Amino acid sequence: MVDYTVHSRKDRKKILKYLGIDSKEDIFDFLPGKIRDPVINIPEGLDERSLRKKLEAIGSQNNPVSGLSSFLGGGAYDHYVPAVVEYITSISQFFTAYTPYQAEISQGTLEYIFEFQSLICQLTGMDISNASTYDGASSLAEAVLMASRINGRKKVVMPVTINPQYRDTVKSYVYGLDMDIREVGYKDGVTDLSSLEKEIDENTSAVLIQNPNYFGCYEEVFKIKKIMEAYPDCLYIICVNPLSLALIKPPSEYGADIVVGDGQVFGNTLSMGGPYLGFFSARQKYLRQLPGRIVGKTIDAGGKDAYVLTFQTREQHIRKKKATSNICSNHSLNALACTAYLLYKGEKGLKSTATACIKKAAYFADRLKETTHFKKAFKNNSFNELVVTSDLDMDDVLGRLKKEKILGGIRLGQYYPELADSMLVSFTEVNTWGEIDRYLDILKGI
Amino acid sequence: MEENIRYTETYEYIRVKDGIGTVGISEEASDKLGDIYLVELPEVGKEFKKGEEAGIIESVKTAADVYCPVSGKVIEINNGLEKEPEFVSKSPMEDGWLFKLDISDPSELDSLMDKKQFKKHINEKGRW
Amino acid sequence: MTDKDYIIPRRTNDKPRQANGSSQSDKFENYIPEELLRKDAVGIPGLSESQVVRYFNRLSRKNYGVDDGIYPLGSCTMKYNPRINEIIAKDPAFTGIHPYQEESDIQGSLEVMYELGEMLKEITGLDGISLQPSAGAHGEFAGLLMARKYFDVKGEDRKTVIIPDSAQGTNFASAAMAGFRVVEVRSNDKGTIDIGRLKDIKEKDPGDIALIMITNPNTLGIFEKEILEISDMMHKNGSLLYYDGANLNAIIGAARPGDMGFDIVHLNLHKTFSTPHGGGGPGAGPVLVKDFLIQYLPVPVLVKKNNIYSLDYVLKNTIGKIKAFYGNFSVCLKAYCYLLSVGDRIKDISTDAILNASYLKKKLEGLFDIPYSKNTMHEFVASAARYKKKGVSALNIAKRMIDYGVHPPTIYFPAIVEEAMMIEPTETESIESLDNLAGVFEKIVKEIESRPELLENAPVSTETKRVDELKALKEPVLKE
Repeated sequence: MVDYTVHSRKDRKKILKYLGIDSKEDIFDFLPGKIRDPVINIPEGLDERSLRKKLEAIGSQNNPVSGLSSFLGGGAYDHYVPAVVEYITSISQFFTAYTPYQAEISQGTLEYIFEFQSLICQLTGMDISNASTYDGASSLAEAVLMASRINGRKKVVMPVTINPQYRDTVKSYVYGLDMDIREVGYKDGVTDLSSLEKEIDENTSAVLIQNPNYFGCYEEVFKIKKIMEAYPDCLYIICVNPLSLALIKPPSEYGADIVVGDGQVFGNTLSMGGPYLGFFSARQKYLRQLPGRIVGKTIDAGGKDAYVLTFQTREQHIRKKKATSNICSNHSLNALACTAYLLYKGEKGLKSTATACIKKAAYFADRLKETTHFKKAFKNNSFNELVVTSDLDMDDVLGRLKKEKILGGIRLGQYYPELADSMLVSFTEVNTWGEIDRYLDILKGI
Repeated sequence: MEENIRYTETYEYIRVKDGIGTVGISEEASDKLGDIYLVELPEVGKEFKKGEEAGIIESVKTAADVYCPVSGKVIEINNGLEKEPEFVSKSPMEDGWLFKLDISDPSELDSLMDKKQFKKHINEKGRW
Repeated sequence: MTDKDYIIPRRTNDKPRQANGSSQSDKFENYIPEELLRKDAVGIPGLSESQVVRYFNRLSRKNYGVDDGIYPLGSCTMKYNPRINEIIAKDPAFTGIHPYQEESDIQGSLEVMYELGEMLKEITGLDGISLQPSAGAHGEFAGLLMARKYFDVKGEDRKTVIIPDSAQGTNFASAAMAGFRVVEVRSNDKGTIDIGRLKDIKEKDPGDIALIMITNPNTLGIFEKEILEISDMMHKNGSLLYYDGANLNAIIGAARPGDMGFDIVHLNLHKTFSTPHGGGGPGAGPVLVKDFLIQYLPVPVLVKKNNIYSLDYVLKNTIGKIKAFYGNFSVCLKAYCYLLSVGDRIKDISTDAILNASYLKKKLEGLFDIPYSKNTMHEFVASAARYKKKGVSALNIAKRMIDYGVHPPTIYFPAIVEEAMMIEPTETESIESLDNLAGVFEKIVKEIESRPELLENAPVSTETKRVDELKALKEPVLKE
């Protein structure tokens, strides 16, 4: 078996002797008899070779997307992760390091986090960003808590066009806090403005919008801001796919107060849903309420530029029950992947990847006309995803696509009963035109 | 004129003159806090009960709540602290005062400590 | 340098069949509403691959990881991160799984999560588990939400959570986030929970106490020997017991929180279970519960029936989701590999963790006061208070340690020890490494006695000298 304890029998004897203990069995003598030495049924340890073989066998029970044509999205996207990103996250001084509390020996971590914060601000147009959170869903939930701390209000307006898992997370987060979450319906794929307007009043803490939304449609974000103008203390919280910001206006330009989302699209693998990368950015005036870690730039005793964890007094480990949040960590390594990816792709690379998504989604949407049983559910243009509706049974359709090794899309019926006849189809630069043509061919044949 | 200064268990002091109490944190507290960079003061006109949280002091090390030593209404706050929070570190008993209270129940002062009692309290592992 | 362009591979035949007024030749601008078109540049430079590699290589040299030397941070359990687990976790068979794939396509990953869950249940003595929480604090939050809902469903209005004064900060913050009010119970002079004081707190309003959060051993490294009595008292009161698993490394294999009476437990895979800290994350904080609380777990949970693994969303009173999808899969995978490797020898982990900490403590006894020294397990808290009169603080000592090539311990925590230095070597440090660390402390104490000024400006040997934290606060620069 592999043994990660480092002492030989001799070493242990030496230590026991030094401590004046007879045998290592005596160490736990003080434990109450009732709980001492439980029977724990774990199989004997495997040596490294056996471990590898076992995991290879387990892995062979998986059918990763690389061997299929995947059009799955819905909050997790199959973008290509460059080899250089993989290399950088494998550097041991990055992945075996702890939280950078000792700034003088953590300048590596601190600098890339500072870079990450800067990049997020550039993309979103916000003034401040934290060092990352667990994922987009928890970021959105934290934003809701933050808005309530700022204006003391309890009502939150949350359109159902926001990712259903994100909405579920928001509801869980506020469970113990006596908040009033109002969900608002949609019309033709985007939030119904008249319903939204009814829910906004002087008791509203925040309005949440995902843009583009879960259906891949662009929300009327300017109009919504206009509605909110009558209530200046109400916060505008925007949730975005940061890749879209390469081509789409930063939410700062339509009045966002807080911008959150998931950076998985930048250099992080699909990994069955985690770990991903929540980002959290906001306007300068909200600095003191920002949850999570923040890295700041300062100087050292020699006058050189240096980075340091700052505003920690907001954080849990100091304020305890008055903390802005309990979040005590970030997804540092995922933020590293994101930073490396962005610096490597650059503006041009990002734009071309985003363009690929748009064009492929648009091409597919357009050619749906050639099929008999499938059409776009909503007329709004999409960024990288669209909802396809059919008069045939969607389970059947997806089954037939699967037989052709195509993962056609996500069943929407599991979240939206009125859309049981629809699926969410997603495109990235990884989908080749050939794949898309083949998908369309099969749809035409059904 | 030390007799009119009283101390709380939570390291605040109140210096009383003609029914008005000047509240701040003691030297020992400001020592523990280290470099202070932000002071959040209560609003003028706000009323507090004895022991209620009236403000926050943030330093590099920590954020500490300031508890109101006795019940009363805030009639003045030390506006200079906005630009110069360091006064609380450098001169907590003088320039670093936090706010002035119109004391509503002077008998509450009796339950506070005088300087001697306070020093004893700190020495007996008065954990703060 | 070439454009890293994967849209239209240049030298292949990959072209769309139809280029007719549809997207291929059209500008992307046609597909974005005019009002949303980005007019300005984002402002991100593009670097070549070699520039990127050099930049990050340079940054990495300014860092210190467990791979570089001892990292004796208390309650962080900075143990060695096995390489084979890193390699396995990078296997495309696992990284290439989309969370929305059908269960029949992801049996491998589901097996990993399920079987890890079973092992963790076995190790802790609990009945149900969710791997969804991303971190210890996240697991705490989930556990507290479950407790909250449990009492809501029961119709009992219990709003108070009791937390020992030695507990670390997330306990308090998580309780507040879940809508509880917190009452602190002070430790006795042995450093453990004062049962008398606990009784008093309970007596004040017994029907209001929802639960007590306990770390065992606590942050002083001392086992709460009266845990069975505490558990009995709280259960009789209708309250729950919560176990903060940060210090599981001290007892793994030797005792189980479930047997001690805990109803809800969270673990830290990035501590006890060897997954890397990553510079702050990602980790994982699975939450485990006793039978009667399974219905409250976040969904989905992993189930196995007839050798087929699946995700179950139907729990009667689930608290819902606390993030998207299922959990930090690759972190769980590494922990699973670790447990498969260690196997039935898990008690060696806690044994050696305790031996190492005790060995180190004895070496340091002459140099520092250790106010709560009796019966410490995998960690202990030394006090640098005796050097205050020389103008030296725990901070100075920590910074000077950096000059000697070791990472400092946790400082100023727990607050019940003055000038605290919380030290946890873990079981993956050799005797040489421990002797080296003790030697560093010895040298520094000698310096304090003869030349204390050496500590004032420490560290002096690093590229970056003492950073100005106050300036960072007064003149915040949080982005470029």
